[in-house]
Amino acid sequence: MNRLRIVFIGAAFLFFIPAVCFGANGMVQVKGSDTLINVVQKLAEVYMAKKPGTSVAVTGGGSGTGVAALINRTCDIANASRQIKSSEVEQANNKGVDPKRVVVAIDALSVIVSAQNPVSKLTVEQIGKIYKGEIKNWSDVGGSDLPITLYGRQSNSGTYDFMKENVMFGEYSTSLKSMNGNAQIVEAIKQDASGIGYVGVGYAKESAGIKALKVASKIGAAYYDPLNLMDVKSGYYPITRPLNQYINGMPKGLVKNFLEFELSDEGQKIIEEEGFFAIPDEYQTYNDQTLGRSGRVGESPMRPKDLEDNLGAG
Amino acid sequence: MTKHNNFKEKIIHGLFFLNGLSVIFVLIGIFVLLVMNSLPAFKEINIGEFLFSAAWNPTATFTAPSYGILSMLVSTLMVSIGALAIAIPIGVGAAAYLSDVAGPRTREIAKPIIEILAGIPSVVIGFLGIVMVGPILARIFRLPNGLNALNGSILLAVMALPTIISLSEDALKSVPKSFEEASLALGASKWQTIVRVKIPAALSGIIAATMLGMGRAIGETMTVLMATGCAIAMPKSFLQSVQTMTATIAIELGEVPYNTTHYYALFGIGLVLFIITFIVNMISDIALHKYGRVMK
Repeated sequence: MNRLRIVFIGAAFLFFIPAVCFGANGMVQVKGSDTLINVVQKLAEVYMAKKPGTSVAVTGGGSGTGVAALINRTCDIANASRQIKSSEVEQANNKGVDPKRVVVAIDALSVIVSAQNPVSKLTVEQIGKIYKGEIKNWSDVGGSDLPITLYGRQSNSGTYDFMKENVMFGEYSTSLKSMNGNAQIVEAIKQDASGIGYVGVGYAKESAGIKALKVASKIGAAYYDPLNLMDVKSGYYPITRPLNQYINGMPKGLVKNFLEFELSDEGQKIIEEEGFFAIPDEYQTYNDQTLGRSGRVGESPMRPKDLEDNLGAG
Repeated sequence: MTKHNNFKEKIIHGLFFLNGLSVIFVLIGIFVLLVMNSLPAFKEINIGEFLFSAAWNPTATFTAPSYGILSMLVSTLMVSIGALAIAIPIGVGAAAYLSDVAGPRTREIAKPIIEILAGIPSVVIGFLGIVMVGPILARIFRLPNGLNALNGSILLAVMALPTIISLSEDALKSVPKSFEEASLALGASKWQTIVRVKIPAALSGIIAATMLGMGRAIGETMTVLMATGCAIAMPKSFLQSVQTMTATIAIELGEVPYNTTHYYALFGIGLVLFIITFIVNMISDIALHKYGRVMK
């Protein structure tokens, strides 16, 4: 009996040790978008180095998974490469969760093809039709006579949703190969000369074997390059999108501190190093409201109307 | 003294009985959970559409959401049967080799290696499918991409092999020596004895082994998720990308809002998988019982 008691106490102790040593000054759990995961992980590492004893844990699963976790209260910050849906807001409110949005980076969604593919530019409509399965052969868009192989993300991905809502305006072709994440799409395109895929710009940058297509908003308009800083910052590249983080209610404590770090000059510099783009001033003002920095009452978490222009084609 | 021992005996009997019962409770519990969480789906989805429609698009925003699992069902069966087509000849052949042809040294080395094969994590095998088997298939069949049903079948065959080999070897070893001696005495060669006498005699055990291997293949999630390409179209050939039922659940359950039709539909898929595996295991059980009787 004595031995048993010692074993129980020992086991209980073992459970507490990790909680005590790790994140003694507080812990933030971040879940969600695969587009954001690498850059937020880098931000978390730098933040934890600056503030020892804190712990910021970042995992993936796709934007949908992140928002679901926020609603189920299993994470503090949800990374999302799309806006929250109204059905998700309703669900959240039913569970007593009030999602507030912070924009941390700008992504120029890059459509990539193999470096061996002669096609180097497409219009938004052509890209949409390719993904809907209406254009099936590269020869229809100026390439060689090869059937197009579609690579995309899975339905839990914000990028998957963003493509559907802003480029395709229709459902995906059923022959779409749903890959697990951005990295898998890049690897698949490297090996497939007939493939087309879409990834966050941070993944298109380190690119031997793939190239990012230049995109025009319609036939006759100019083609812009997602890897060109000026094309994206000027708002001319048609498929840019804000990368968001959602929190429950007005942020406070460690969560607020981490968010402020991400939005600071140092954080934005890390974001640019990872291949994404820093947020322009209009978003900074919007973020200030959410963070309560200017003292104004937070407004609705839906996207501000005057930012519509930056958000895409059509 | 004896009274004390009797009491202790009764307690131990009771504990073992509870253990046995608990396993049954877990099984029944899982079944009840699946049924209770899938029934609400069928209030909104027609069962006929669920089972026989090939269109699965529960997150559709430009058309009405559709919940047909037929292509996933066909994909699961294709990949599993393909795996069996590869694993049965190799497995039964290896079992026959180990039980009748191999010397004791070879057997001592081969058996542990086969056990180790059974222990390789499914993610690792899936990874091998992406980086090794995929490019090889792409080159042989001149495909743009080697992630297809055939890739999945090959990997699942590797995973089902240890089960099939072990159980088939046990079945072959249990064939009474008198069968073998009679056959050889009648002038048959060793090869003819194995193929025409021993394997048919051990057939029920081999079928049981096959069914268990199939059960493993049907339920495999990570490997097929990584290696089959995940395209939800109805597969028309083994060289096409497919998405199995297990992969669909794994992909979508993480982000589906609780207690929506999509959520219940995913549990419905789980229920269908449970029933298929249950049937497969029952067939294996019946075959094993027959095999037990024949030997007596």
